[in-house]
Amino acid sequence: MQNNGWDEFEIGAMLRSFDGVAKDIPLKQPEDRNYSSSNSFTASVADWRIEKPLFNKDYCIDCQFCWIYCPDMSIIARDKKMVGVDMDHCKGCGICVEVCPTNPKSLLMFPEQADEEAELAGWPEKDKEEK
Amino acid sequence: MAFDKMELRDIEVWDGNFAAAQALRQAQVDVVAAYPITPSTPIVEGYAKFLADGYVEGEFVMVESEHAAMSGCIGAAAAGGRVATATSSQGFALMVETLYQASGMRLPIVLNVVNRALAAPLNVNGDHSDMYLGRDSGWIQFDSYSPQEAYDLNFIAFKVSEDHDVRLPAMVHQDGFMTSHTAQGVKTMDDDTAYNFIGDYKPMNDMLDFDHPVTYGVQTEEDWHFEHKARQHNDLMTKVFPKIQTAFDDFEKLTGRKYNIVESYDMDDADVTVLCMGTSVETAREVAKEMRAKGIKAGVVGIRVFRPFPFEQIKEALKGVKAIAVLDRSAPGGTPGAMFNEIAGALYNTDDRALLSGYIYGLGGRDLTKAHLVDLYTELQANVDAGKVTTPLQQFIGVRGPKLAFL
Repeated sequence: MQNNGWDEFEIGAMLRSFDGVAKDIPLKQPEDRNYSSSNSFTASVADWRIEKPLFNKDYCIDCQFCWIYCPDMSIIARDKKMVGVDMDHCKGCGICVEVCPTNPKSLLMFPEQADEEAELAGWPEKDKEEK
Repeated sequence: MAFDKMELRDIEVWDGNFAAAQALRQAQVDVVAAYPITPSTPIVEGYAKFLADGYVEGEFVMVESEHAAMSGCIGAAAAGGRVATATSSQGFALMVETLYQASGMRLPIVLNVVNRALAAPLNVNGDHSDMYLGRDSGWIQFDSYSPQEAYDLNFIAFKVSEDHDVRLPAMVHQDGFMTSHTAQGVKTMDDDTAYNFIGDYKPMNDMLDFDHPVTYGVQTEEDWHFEHKARQHNDLMTKVFPKIQTAFDDFEKLTGRKYNIVESYDMDDADVTVLCMGTSVETAREVAKEMRAKGIKAGVVGIRVFRPFPFEQIKEALKGVKAIAVLDRSAPGGTPGAMFNEIAGALYNTDDRALLSGYIYGLGGRDLTKAHLVDLYTELQANVDAGKVTTPLQQFIGVRGPKLAFL
């Protein structure tokens, strides 16, 4: 599409979501869908982010709150089990961290350049309830 | 079909508004989203009544502004329906932002514009300020001079606009009150003939085609915006006139009524010509005949299609004419008049070097009388006799006070 001239577009500045017929799309996982090159699924917006969420599966209870609340469908879950974060589309809003109910949270925000392994190794302890 | 047909007499006495409303009924428009405004109100009111009475199968959406009216039309057109509405003046002005959206998204909406002056001062009568306001919006603009033409041109507009090679929205203009509220004899088509002239709506990239999901209203910046606008302009410049001509030809075969992209009256041997739009064309035609009885070879040129601008057709129509008066029925806003400028542009590279002068007239519904036009033709003949324009290039017709002229 890089060198398309003015006469090589479909009219109406209209973009197709999928190449060809989009049958049974709701029943397919995103990776199995025939997204078109103009669909935002095929574009990375990772560089919009200045903070990133990291996921620690040791504390996750698969409640799916983050999956429901994420405004960009960037929480990847399969068979109602949390898998991780789609880092190509996550914009670092932190909502998933906010709604995470575990103690300690199983999602936390870190600077974009933070090292995942080091941060997971140093994950915070469980908060003690104060009496 | 879930609607009743209406029996019409061969000739009905209709004003321009009712003629347009009948055309929307016969076209079986799927969606009308409207915010009624004088003098166009009876068009959408008429459609709503036909709908309520079971004469049309569609949807009337009442909205909160003209901006919302055109927005509703855009949504319905993108969804894949035959869509129309009507407006005037201030309502048209409020619609302008969305007019550009409709043409950019290549949605075939038909907008009946009953021409009316723009405030301030507030005025409900006819002039062409609103029509001129739409001239860069990327719409096709048809101009009717009578209720008959308002009726006929609606069918032409649907046929051209919905053509898959065109897919550009179209306005059908008529003069506020002079056409919209003046009842005249209108030759009708029966419901089947009228509908079949346009045919069933053929969707294209419609949002209700769930097997092929599409996104409308996308954003493009400096990377792609220019290409999309270039395509839109190219199609407006090259694809529309041939389709209009075909539609005019087909319509003539069907009804015997002949339309031309530029209308010429008494132009075969004309020395002096008045070029104008709307109801003024009919007045000028009458005066031209009277001037010929006095020995002045007078003719009239009327613009039928204002956008795309008929550059070549105008050159052809004005070939051999010695003096031309271009009449602009819009407050000029610091320029010689939009039509004057465009005609000057079309004629500049021709060899005829006709004497061109411009006139501002009829603002806010001020009458253009036959006496005005007699004076005008006489002035043009004086220009021909003198071999130069003897007056200022921009004069005002029919305004009270000291004579007003510029340039």
